[in-house]
Amino acid sequence: MLNLSSLFKGPRIRGGVHAEEHKADTSCKPIAVDFPLPKKLYIPLQQHVGKAAEPVVRVGDHVLKGQLLAHSQGMVSAPVHASSSGVIVDINDYPAPHPSALPIRTVVVETDGKDQWIEYSSIDDPFQLAPEEISLRVGAAGIVGLGGAAFPSAVKLNLGRESKIHTLLINGGECEPYLTCDDRLMQERALGIIDGIRLMLHGMETEQAIIGIEDNKPEAYAAMLDAAGPYPFIKVQQVPTRYPMGWDRQLIRYLTGREVPAGGRSADVGVIMHNVGTAYSVHRAIRFSQPLVSRVVTVSGGAVALPMNIEVPIGTLISELFAFCRVNQAATKRIVMGGPMMGDALPHSRLPVVKASSGILALTQEEIRNTTQQPCIRCAQCVSACPAGLLPLDMANRIRNNQLDAAVDIGLRDCISCGSCSYVCPSNIPLVQYFKYATGELAARQQAQHKSEHTKRLMDERNERMARIKKLQQEEEQARLAAKAERERLQTEQGTLA
Amino acid sequence: MIASRKPSSGAHIGTNTSVQHIMWRVILAISPATAFGLFCFGWPALNLFIVTLLSAVLFEAFCLRLAGRIAKPAIMDGSALLTGWLVAMTLPPWAPWWIGVAGAGIAIILGKQVYGGLGQNLFNPAMLARIALLISFPIEMTTWPNVAPAFSAQAPDFIESWSITFSGLGSIASADAMTGATTLGYIKTEFSQQHWLPDILANHSIFLNFLGWTRGSLGETSALLLGLGGVWLIRQGVIKWHIPVSLLLTVTLLSSVFHLLDSQHYISPLVHLSSGALMCAAFFIATDYVTSPNTPAGQLVFGAGCGLLIFVIRTWGTYPEGAGFAVLLMNAATPLIDHYIRPRIYGRNRNGKPLEQKITVQEREQ
Amino acid sequence: MYILTAIVSLTTLGLVLGLLLGIAARYLKVESNPIVDELEALMPGSQCGQCGYPGCRPAAEALAAGEAPPTLCPPGGSSLAEQLAKLLGVEIDLNDVQDPELLVARVSEDTCIGCTRCFKLCPTDAIVGAPKQIHAVIADACIGCKKCVAVCPTECLQMHPVEVTLRSWRWPKPAVAEGAATC
Repeated sequence: MLNLSSLFKGPRIRGGVHAEEHKADTSCKPIAVDFPLPKKLYIPLQQHVGKAAEPVVRVGDHVLKGQLLAHSQGMVSAPVHASSSGVIVDINDYPAPHPSALPIRTVVVETDGKDQWIEYSSIDDPFQLAPEEISLRVGAAGIVGLGGAAFPSAVKLNLGRESKIHTLLINGGECEPYLTCDDRLMQERALGIIDGIRLMLHGMETEQAIIGIEDNKPEAYAAMLDAAGPYPFIKVQQVPTRYPMGWDRQLIRYLTGREVPAGGRSADVGVIMHNVGTAYSVHRAIRFSQPLVSRVVTVSGGAVALPMNIEVPIGTLISELFAFCRVNQAATKRIVMGGPMMGDALPHSRLPVVKASSGILALTQEEIRNTTQQPCIRCAQCVSACPAGLLPLDMANRIRNNQLDAAVDIGLRDCISCGSCSYVCPSNIPLVQYFKYATGELAARQQAQHKSEHTKRLMDERNERMARIKKLQQEEEQARLAAKAERERLQTEQGTLA
Repeated sequence: MIASRKPSSGAHIGTNTSVQHIMWRVILAISPATAFGLFCFGWPALNLFIVTLLSAVLFEAFCLRLAGRIAKPAIMDGSALLTGWLVAMTLPPWAPWWIGVAGAGIAIILGKQVYGGLGQNLFNPAMLARIALLISFPIEMTTWPNVAPAFSAQAPDFIESWSITFSGLGSIASADAMTGATTLGYIKTEFSQQHWLPDILANHSIFLNFLGWTRGSLGETSALLLGLGGVWLIRQGVIKWHIPVSLLLTVTLLSSVFHLLDSQHYISPLVHLSSGALMCAAFFIATDYVTSPNTPAGQLVFGAGCGLLIFVIRTWGTYPEGAGFAVLLMNAATPLIDHYIRPRIYGRNRNGKPLEQKITVQEREQ
Repeated sequence: MYILTAIVSLTTLGLVLGLLLGIAARYLKVESNPIVDELEALMPGSQCGQCGYPGCRPAAEALAAGEAPPTLCPPGGSSLAEQLAKLLGVEIDLNDVQDPELLVARVSEDTCIGCTRCFKLCPTDAIVGAPKQIHAVIADACIGCKKCVAVCPTECLQMHPVEVTLRSWRWPKPAVAEGAATC
């Protein structure tokens, strides 16, 4: 289509793609709550950005649902709780839900089937709590960003309070195709979300909130509008459906007209963004002292016979979800955790659902991107699709020729790996993988450099020590020789005297 | 089950277009104009067209073999066919067969494969071939047959068409009666004889010219069908509007200004738009992905540059038509344009420095 | 005749210009800076000798003299090769540089007799221990120089590849498509 609007300046959405949504299969069905409790739960100790949590339980301990399994370490970290009651049968390395499926420290809980909550108290009026107390409790509940980034939420709440932000933005964009977990959550639990938003506003000492919802979710919009009705300081706003609208900075620009400076944080322009799922978890954590032990997961894709949203305990194996949703194993060509644009392809299904797993997709051959690469024809579709204003084709070209620094010069660091460029590329060039490879390689080189400097320091220290020892030995030797000479001199003197 | 253990990164889904998909849509868009041209100039044009396409594909296969690559997938992407097609569009329809072979050879070997194949060339292969031929074989490249629709009385019959293509136009007795000059060429010649507008174009019908009922190569005749094909390509999302619009707008604006100032010496925008390779260049040549800038702003500059050069060459140059030269010159400027015109990165200013953080006092107090 | 004139004049021109260039190269040569120190500062400094030179200093001298390519240092890998090439102002093709497989020494506790030979020798003090005590290797400080392996009397010190963990895992470089130019 002729897009003459891009001739004129003004607030507009840059780049992005309009992918086939595939949302209808799951967005009309209520969140399933009849998922059978798994026999074993594999709860990784690191499900968030930052340091891994340190276990406080031992093998053989009996734990209740919501009981602390591991406490957070350092500033950026989150604790981990038991997602059902049962016995700890192992604390060891198990494959992580990651493209490499490399091991990660995991607590294995054998459930006793009672799903018994640890005793908790509900608070009558959480708004009487000090704002700091809200973030403390959110941190203790192990809440992380449920949109996929898994950044500890308490850290963000603290940041919001300290940097005096003016607006809390709530991301209800859910721009990834297939995923509808936020959509369903907004449709079914709007009151809880709104309560969570009010609590977060209280915790950040902020006056107003804006909820951005893509206009392909009219039911969710209506539900949220209804629930936010009594609170004039919470605005619900529709945003155009265009991937990646849910990229926090895209949404910030659309809702506030402000652009976050490169290398900066959203707080720099006076806003903080949280996901709707996070808001709901905050509601549960503050009102009922329930830590984050379950989440709503979209199970979808062409190989799924019964696609749906399910609320599952953290640590459930994907294979059990697949059995419940009748996934055709033979037709599954790729398992993706998260959305199809930014999610990770998993090598197998014996991996647990974690806090950041917004969706589990079983994609068929017809659905996945063609992998036969062709030469780049410089069609510049990737340039039009890039929401960050980068030149993916040039960057990939430079990386292919090992000119990583040259790729950084034209903006590699500003890439958000949203996948829009790979999505549109007619030559099926895995652009995002080039960028991920380059970023990783640069990090590895930096590490190698650090190690080399460290080595040099160690060697210098050693050489210095060796020199010191040698000098000491020499001095001793000299002293010994001097003493010997002295003795001999005395002896001869005595001899002559005698 | 899962096909490969190699980690594959997002996006896991795609538009599932391909290079051949794009090439075929371009070919489809240019087909009406081609068909109309072939109809206008009959069998000899068809002969030349087929010879050019065939030799382009054969040259491509030959080069790929030489480079030790498997020819079939690269041939199947349709890019060589399209290049051959565009070369054929720029040739006088009754040119001898070896012009077509030479054109295809120059385009594929010198224009594309020596740079490393698809996506690597600096210049538009078809234009490179046209200009090389025009300079090397000026007579063959400027002998324009009259419109002689296939199956009509004045059209050469099948035997005659074979001798036109394979033994040259001179082999036909009535050769001189069957050729003439293109509109732009005619105007240029008349100017040199101190004849001025509008007398020159007294018998000229802009409408017929626009429709394509005029002398010229297949890509110079039907501005209407070429334009329609181009608009369809834009609607299909194969090309963007920036280059054609800025190119045509530049030519229109410049010619309007000059025509209004001096309508004796400067031809009107309508004649400009309806004649020569302007439409073909605007929609099919200048928009070649490989040799045009990547960014919308760069494409606007590129289109305007092409338009300016076309106008300058047509108006003051020795050649009647400047589209080929203009596109090649701007092709050479493409790396420069791409270097200087880049999109602004999110969160950075035009110079690539992070935006300054500016929270107003009012916001801070809120 | 014209052709002959053209050939003769162009050949003469070529010869004269070539001669001038040759003279210029010989007499106007710019003495390069002594960058040996800078080069040596970049090198790992473990004196491992894998490059074929007795140590990092001689290797740096060979580099500066242009006798060795910037890719000479296996432990440095492509990162070091890139830095050296940058400093020397030469172009290199990093596709040929194989990044070394990282190795660390590990002590087998069953066979260590606490002889202290290894930790006296370790250039980075990566081995800790005391006489008659089982020694241990600090993996972070080990540079994989294999010197300790050579002196160990019981072969209890072995080199093991560094295990890839979730933290150190990196995305591999995508394979280049058949037909895509690599230049």
